Amino acid sequence: MPFFRKPDSEALWKDEFSIHAADERYVSRRQFTKFLTLASLGMFVGNLWILARSYFMKSAVFPRSAVAGVGEIPVGGVKLFAYPTPEDRCILVRTAENEYSAFSQKCTHLSCAVYYERETNRLACPCHHGYFSATDGSVLQGPPPRPLPRILLEQQGQEFVAIGIKVG
Amino acid sequence: MADRDFSKQKKGLVAIDGAMALIVLLVIVQVWLLSAALEALLAGHSETALPAAIFSGILFLCCVALTLFVWRVDRDSRDH
Repeated sequence: MPFFRKPDSEALWKDEFSIHAADERYVSRRQFTKFLTLASLGMFVGNLWILARSYFMKSAVFPRSAVAGVGEIPVGGVKLFAYPTPEDRCILVRTAENEYSAFSQKCTHLSCAVYYERETNRLACPCHHGYFSATDGSVLQGPPPRPLPRILLEQQGQEFVAIGIKVG
Repeated sequence: MADRDFSKQKKGLVAIDGAMALIVLLVIVQVWLLSAALEALLAGHSETALPAAIFSGILFLCCVALTLFVWRVDRDSRDH
């Protein structure tokens, strides 16, 4: 850090490895302060990354993708599909004669795959016993901090088409 | 650097300790801000990201100012 040093001060290595025992306390504090400031920079960069992600999330354009045909699954049945990318597993549930709902299959706690419990009409996470409503994806019980992201569906003729994702 | 002013060195250490404690506090607030902003983003509330980033930037600048202060005190104390 030559910029912050007096021109006539001792060489940097003499500062960092001083023969004066009392200087040791200065060296350790100086280094710790430097480390803390770098940590602060890291936090700031993290916040900027979140800001960038939120910007891209707002402007995200989701593809339209056929999910299932009308009447393809029975009442109380499910169909697994991927949306919007092949890595994003989702679950379509037919909860009543004319009621369909689709959610991301990733539990909002630790990303385990949720499954449909027909008897209780809820989506269950087997890892830590988290439960979500199969109607709106809200958390009913357990550690998940947020509702399941909902897949927006549109009926086009004789099939359901995924048109987007609603988070929160 | 023949004769060192040890009383001045001690005062310098106290000032540096105070500044360091303040930096630790600011970094803790930044950690909280980061986790809160991330949690809000994952919950679909992206409107908190901008104020969190601005506030985090201000805290970072405060940390830099305090670090410069520490370096100055350090230099003044040890160059005597």
